Amino acid sequence: MSEHEREELMDVAPGAPHDSLMSETLSYIVGLGLALLLTGVSFWVASTSSIWGPGVAMGLVVLAIAQMGVHLVFFLHITSGPDNTNNVLALAFGVLIVFLVMIGTIWIMGHMNVNMGPMPELTNLQMQRG
Amino acid sequence: MTGVETPAVGLTHGASEDTGLGHRGPESKSIVVPYGFWLFVLSDMVLFSALFATYATLAHATDGGPASNELFDRTLVAIETIALLLSSFVCGLAMIAARRRNLIWTQIWLLVTGLLGAVFLGIELYEFAMMIGEGAGPQRSAFLSAFFTLVGCHGAHVTAGLLWIGTMMAQFWAKGFQPHIMRRMMCLSIFWHALDIIWVAIFTIVYLMGTLP
Repeated sequence: MSEHEREELMDVAPGAPHDSLMSETLSYIVGLGLALLLTGVSFWVASTSSIWGPGVAMGLVVLAIAQMGVHLVFFLHITSGPDNTNNVLALAFGVLIVFLVMIGTIWIMGHMNVNMGPMPELTNLQMQRG
Repeated sequence: MTGVETPAVGLTHGASEDTGLGHRGPESKSIVVPYGFWLFVLSDMVLFSALFATYATLAHATDGGPASNELFDRTLVAIETIALLLSSFVCGLAMIAARRRNLIWTQIWLLVTGLLGAVFLGIELYEFAMMIGEGAGPQRSAFLSAFFTLVGCHGAHVTAGLLWIGTMMAQFWAKGFQPHIMRRMMCLSIFWHALDIIWVAIFTIVYLMGTLP
């Protein structure tokens, strides 16, 4: 293995394309197909009545996370390969912060909302249920 | 890649003389620049997570005004979603063409990317105009303030992306496939794909969950 070839194997930037035209194009086409499928299922799940109501929101979240995964793998070419270690680590940290901010906020603010009780005249927000 | 002499890949742990830069010194610019831009994009997603958290907290604070399932039109959102997804796909095709130094196809695919992005932005602005016309502007309630901040921030990113695509086409035209131009193209494709990832979260959380029966 020449030094140049070794360089090629070491690290890749996020979004870096593959080497062969066919596999590269195929990756995008597969990604597009999966993303369209997941989008279609999302819209179907949201409008059908054949699924247990309270489960719909959770199903939508799962579908959205799956679609984000599809985008990361097929469009941004984030893989679990050794040449992607740094990209994956950065992504993992980003995902950690995103989940901390979102789940932490929803959790805490939900509890505060319940504990505050009804006094809309003080908050001027008039939280409305439903 | 399994031999003992193979240097450790990525973050290295084996050698005591490790400098933190690996055994080969810093990576080339074509790796470092997109990696740095990837870090920016991830921090941008952290920014959006704060806006999502705000929206989730205020989604029911309608102050007696219109609620989400009275305002959103799923058909429009479906068209927006398809337009942005195709745009992201075509941006990948532009990247493939650029890698092979094919100027015509690079420009064509970039143009299609931009046009699909413009379709998305046009529908979004139409929706905003409709809502404001119905008295559901950002001043109406905390819910609507959060909505316009979140979706508007994404729209602003798309607008910046469209300007970037135009600039990119001009740069390819004037300067050709020089290494620094290719690095910019790489960053543009990361940016554009990331915007589509954020849109997946928006159409799920804001539009689909907001219009559940």
